[in-house]
Amino acid sequence: MTALDQSSPAAAPTPEPTRAGASGGAGERARRWWLLPTVLTALALIAVLVFGLLAPSDVQTAYRIAAPGDLNPGGIIPGDVPVPTKIAAIVLAVLALAVAVYLWVRAARGAMPRGRARVAVIVGFGVLWVLSFLTWAFKGATVDLGALLQTMMLLAVPLAFGALSGVLSERAGVINIAIEGQLLFGAFGAVLVGSVTGSAWAGLVAAPIMALVIGALLALFAIGYQVQQIIVGVVLNVFAIGLTSFFFGTVMKQNPGMFNQPLRLPTIRIPLLADIPIIGRVLFEQTVLVYLMWIIVAVLTVALFRTRWGLRVRAVGEHPRAADTVGIDVSRTRWSNVLLGSAVAGLGGATLTIGTGVAFGEEMSAGKGYIALAAMILGRYHPVGALLAALLFAFADALQLNLSSLPSGTGAGIPSQFLLMLPYIVTLFAVAGVVGRVRVPAADGVPYVKQ
Amino acid sequence: MKLELRGITKVFGTFVANDSIDLVVEPGQIHSLLGENGAGKSTLMNVLYGLYRPDGGQILLDEQPVRFGGPGDAMRAGIGMVHQHFMLVPPFTVAENVVLGHEPTSGGLLDLASARRTVREISSRFGFDLDPDAVVEDLPVGAQQRVEIIKALSRRAEILVLDEPTAVLTPHETDELMDIMRQLRDEGTSIVFITHKLREVKAVSDTITVIRRGKVVGTADPATDQTELASLMVGRAVELSLQKEAAEPGETALSVRGLGVTDPSGVTVLDDVDLDVASGEVLGIAGVQGNGQTELTEALLGLQKELRGSVRLDGKELVGRSTREILDAGVGFVPEDRTHDALVADFSVAENLVLDQHHRAPYGTGPVLHPRAVRERAVRDVAEYDVRTGSIDDPVSTLSGGNQQKVVMARALGRDLSLFIASQPTRGVDVGSIEFLHRRIIAERDKGTPVIIVSTELDEVIQLADRIAVMYRGGILGVVPADEDRDVLGLMMAGYTVEAAREAVAAGARTTDSQLVDEGEIA
Repeated sequence: MTALDQSSPAAAPTPEPTRAGASGGAGERARRWWLLPTVLTALALIAVLVFGLLAPSDVQTAYRIAAPGDLNPGGIIPGDVPVPTKIAAIVLAVLALAVAVYLWVRAARGAMPRGRARVAVIVGFGVLWVLSFLTWAFKGATVDLGALLQTMMLLAVPLAFGALSGVLSERAGVINIAIEGQLLFGAFGAVLVGSVTGSAWAGLVAAPIMALVIGALLALFAIGYQVQQIIVGVVLNVFAIGLTSFFFGTVMKQNPGMFNQPLRLPTIRIPLLADIPIIGRVLFEQTVLVYLMWIIVAVLTVALFRTRWGLRVRAVGEHPRAADTVGIDVSRTRWSNVLLGSAVAGLGGATLTIGTGVAFGEEMSAGKGYIALAAMILGRYHPVGALLAALLFAFADALQLNLSSLPSGTGAGIPSQFLLMLPYIVTLFAVAGVVGRVRVPAADGVPYVKQ
Repeated sequence: MKLELRGITKVFGTFVANDSIDLVVEPGQIHSLLGENGAGKSTLMNVLYGLYRPDGGQILLDEQPVRFGGPGDAMRAGIGMVHQHFMLVPPFTVAENVVLGHEPTSGGLLDLASARRTVREISSRFGFDLDPDAVVEDLPVGAQQRVEIIKALSRRAEILVLDEPTAVLTPHETDELMDIMRQLRDEGTSIVFITHKLREVKAVSDTITVIRRGKVVGTADPATDQTELASLMVGRAVELSLQKEAAEPGETALSVRGLGVTDPSGVTVLDDVDLDVASGEVLGIAGVQGNGQTELTEALLGLQKELRGSVRLDGKELVGRSTREILDAGVGFVPEDRTHDALVADFSVAENLVLDQHHRAPYGTGPVLHPRAVRERAVRDVAEYDVRTGSIDDPVSTLSGGNQQKVVMARALGRDLSLFIASQPTRGVDVGSIEFLHRRIIAERDKGTPVIIVSTELDEVIQLADRIAVMYRGGILGVVPADEDRDVLGLMMAGYTVEAAREAVAAGARTTDSQLVDEGEIA
């Protein structure tokens, strides 16, 4: 022991061992603390004004709760619930405004909600605002909540699989821009093998294997040859489009019966549960792909954060040299994660074809891989987050589809071009709103060079 | 466990980093490996740890030859290493970092409870105060180093390699580390201690091996005189202490008032700093790395965005001016990280020498550069600073660290200055060049320029400075004369105020090396 330890006088200040710089920060209000309450207040006021006060007072909007055939003993649950458009929109918008005011109050007390509480407040606001919007946008028509959610699920599954592919690969430190190509190859492989063998199940097996081709190429160039990973990803996407378009334009066109049939995986219906109003069919009357997605999200969440494998993967993505010095094979971990990820994205591709019962079409992934990438970022590289983000984007897309197919004379008459922009606007704002707060794996995109 | 290295050779390209090195570490011994930066110490240890494959030679453990394909093999054989740059995953907890690579599991899931137990067990054995659930990036460096030690011990390391472990520690923390090393040795662990700091070697070693340019040049025992060790390390007689005249400070030239910086995440990293520097004096800024020194120098240069307060140089306000305007006001700057902030690696020596002046006469007019003037300047500086380079047209990245630093210094000092700021002026520079660079700094002072020297090496600050300011957590703890007791400075670096530190030292708080000084063991 040093003399110092024995004789430090009690009068001497014993400094807290904290990292330098942490001093002044605590207790100070975060800069731009006013931003969130301001934005929410503005949005709520717009809702009050546009959805409420400017709406005609003599129309109604119906909400379909229980569809015919749903589990509805004795008709307890009402089928369609009509509400007066103007009043309902105003009430909902005012409730949203109340949430914004609550934030101002918290801010004034210097106790802005953080972390999950903050997310909860934002989500609560979002739900109220969207309901207000729906009431206005569907005036004179019926909001079929069950159908809306069903469409959302259909659109969300490929995004979720794609985002999970991104999570797998980027958690290990390899940027995966090639999700688009993996989806496309998966969709292509599912139809091709399914048609040749005449079995959608064979297609389901083929999709991840086909997507592995893109994954293997990504791993080979990004890990093996340390090529700039964003460039490899983009090139692979172009390659996937080119190759699938070529086969689509040649053999598939000449003999669609042999090579490009619209096959569909059977829908697996869980009795009783599937009859629950609104959420029944969304959750319990789906193809095996949707159930697989739930399973993969759950398994991956546990695996990444509770197992030896997950700890090592995250170590490789954060600090590969540290992982190397404790005997973890960085290259092998990255290879296996990229391959695993691409296989998962292949399942997403299968959803586009055999999951929905359509034949393969040229460039049918249509940018979903990039939206999946955004979902991964918005979901903070977490499987559950990625799934929720995929659902959010898909909801915007589903809303767009439902609104544009309203019978003429009903609805708010939003131009269809604006509706088409909706999913992308939601994506842009959602991602822009969290960027900076997302913690990217530190070694993401950085090749590991062993001396 | 006895470790023996026989004829280890490691070649990078044409550069022989280790040239047939022999080394024997007896069990239960602290064996110091002393050598300058770039002498090949770290390379040797990376070979031992399986990170580099040797081009020749043999590693023997208890007389048995072993081959390591990777760090995993070395760890299994009982070798642990605490790296100079910690090998910890910042967002992981202490427990997660400790078990990474040999995780206990139960039922397929991570058994973090058992990981926490391991951490607590080893912590209590050595009196570490570590929370197993603390996130590593929130811990101070001293604690992070303990995590590294626990990590090695939890793998039952019998040979522990510590690579420059004191570079990031305060003198007090260094002392604690030495206690831990002695305790480990007494329990039978062999320790290889890599360093270039003579006083530490003398304080803790049982045996010393000196390495120079990849070769073992001698062994010594800790009683060897410090100057002798230094000469052995450098290969010629060196002057360890700097001869300088007393300063003749003039009027206050630089006056900093209430200077504060907020970083992009809203944290105050520089807090209400007041400083005065007179012309013809050196103000040394001491402190452990990361206590606001970087932000202070960058704030003076106009490189920080969220700035409060005032900086007056010869009566002119600098806050709010652009970096170019500040440079034009006669401020010479040597940044702390020469490869990232000072030099353009692919540019030639000549081009790097005029980077800050390329747009002004005589080097440039308007859009035109005058290559002849640039070359003349380069030839002159290379001769004056003895920059060892094949040609002034060689990329600066081909120069050794010491020569690169000379280029940076020559650039900053190559004109009439109204203020000279040098951050880590001799980091990674060999002892011979340190002497030279220090004399240049004192020469600049004697010309009447106010000088600010920032260094995390307390010895360097004490040698150069006429007054010393100690920085701690973004603020100036106090300004003391250069002949202040070394222990007082050490305590201030750990956050004690001047008065508290003086009281503590008066009450007998001494660090090991100052006790050795008292006993006449080291200079």
